[in-house]
Amino acid sequence: MSSVTVLSYGAGNVASVQFALERLGASVRLTSDPADIADAERLILPGVGAAAYAMSRLETLGLVEAIRAFPRPLLGVCLGQQLLFDASDEGEGVQTLGLIPGHVTRFDIDPALPVPHMGWSRLEVVRDDPLLEGIQPGDWAYFVHSFVCPDGPATLARAEYGTVVPAVVRNANRWGCQFHPERSAKAGARILQNFLGLPA
Amino acid sequence: MTARRIIPCLDVRDGRVVKGVRFKDHVDMGDASELAARYRDQGADELVFYDITASPEGRTLDYDWVSDIARLLDIPFCVAGGIRSVDQAARCLDHGADKVSINSPALERPDLIGEMSDRFGAQCVVLGVDSKRAGDDWVVHQYTGDPTASRGAGRRTLDWIVEAQGLGAGEIVLNCMDEDGVRRGYDIAQLQATRACLTIPLVASGGAGAADHFRDVFQQADVSGALAASVFHSGVLAIPDLKRQLEGDGIEVRR
Repeated sequence: MSSVTVLSYGAGNVASVQFALERLGASVRLTSDPADIADAERLILPGVGAAAYAMSRLETLGLVEAIRAFPRPLLGVCLGQQLLFDASDEGEGVQTLGLIPGHVTRFDIDPALPVPHMGWSRLEVVRDDPLLEGIQPGDWAYFVHSFVCPDGPATLARAEYGTVVPAVVRNANRWGCQFHPERSAKAGARILQNFLGLPA
Repeated sequence: MTARRIIPCLDVRDGRVVKGVRFKDHVDMGDASELAARYRDQGADELVFYDITASPEGRTLDYDWVSDIARLLDIPFCVAGGIRSVDQAARCLDHGADKVSINSPALERPDLIGEMSDRFGAQCVVLGVDSKRAGDDWVVHQYTGDPTASRGAGRRTLDWIVEAQGLGAGEIVLNCMDEDGVRRGYDIAQLQATRACLTIPLVASGGAGAADHFRDVFQQADVSGALAASVFHSGVLAIPDLKRQLEGDGIEVRR
């Protein structure tokens, strides 16, 4: 059975991620203890809410360095993906984990489009990756976000919402999903299953 | 772009789904978990669970029940009913809900919207608004879960939604009470007026009785989602058929 550690740091949708992984038969450990990260097989960084608040929670709990040093597969979900980048413009602006180059910005789109980007959008895979095995062009994923990651060499899959939305990113052993795989029906389950199958 | 969302709403009392007409005379429609699983499998894009007795009875949702639903679903869901504080909302989210919807407590104390939004992000904070025609305008009602307590909130609907958006609501569900449960179609004029005031997503509620009603509300009022209850619970309209028809009408839906 594949085992996965999910960071529970007071700024995440931890239960829904945990349940989704359990539906796939994984053994899930929730933790906020940096010591648990060091021996984790795989690590998930969930996140909802504001970037500055999430970073302050990670710092208070002493998790920042442990996440940065983690050498095995790491998956950031939603805000968790945004935190992988260098910085975010959200609020007053905040330095984030700095594991993928680039800056997270506010949506600069047609004001007729509602923000947050909330709902199901299609995925377009731009680069093959083990995390995206079995994902078909046009598969649907559930997004909820008001800020958008920079599109660049890390982008594995995109969505479109008035602009390009990097939907799945990767830099070395760090992956991110802007959408919620735990709430994205079949495609989401497939991505989580692929994550559980990555060599740890 | 996003697909237009089809959102079955489950009014829940003691784990059973009930349905009334214009918020009254409730009839049992089946077990909540079973219906939720059925809608998930049929392609519902999101579910809303509304504990209709929580608010009138002065209590909030059963958190273990929220967890049971969260285990079952691989689509997003929103919970509502008796949520009056940031801590209660936090517990719903901690137990696996994706969003919480507040209604009367936000009217009593609008700052609750901002407090929730600051803590969880706007995307988790849905404002439910029960709205009724008043001459050529619309006004907000509160405590609508209990016919004996239901009354006007003394506010114009359009003023209230704009204020709520400014306070940090992430989505508005506008329930047009004049149409609720009567299946004559959504209140297009009211939804158009509401959409024009908002930059956040708007979900239509109240009045769905046929596939054409969904088409009309998406095409004419540009809402992000359409919520319905009795038309799905009663079997009048199956979600796969509805989506096929909407797709035929050129409306993007998730299939």
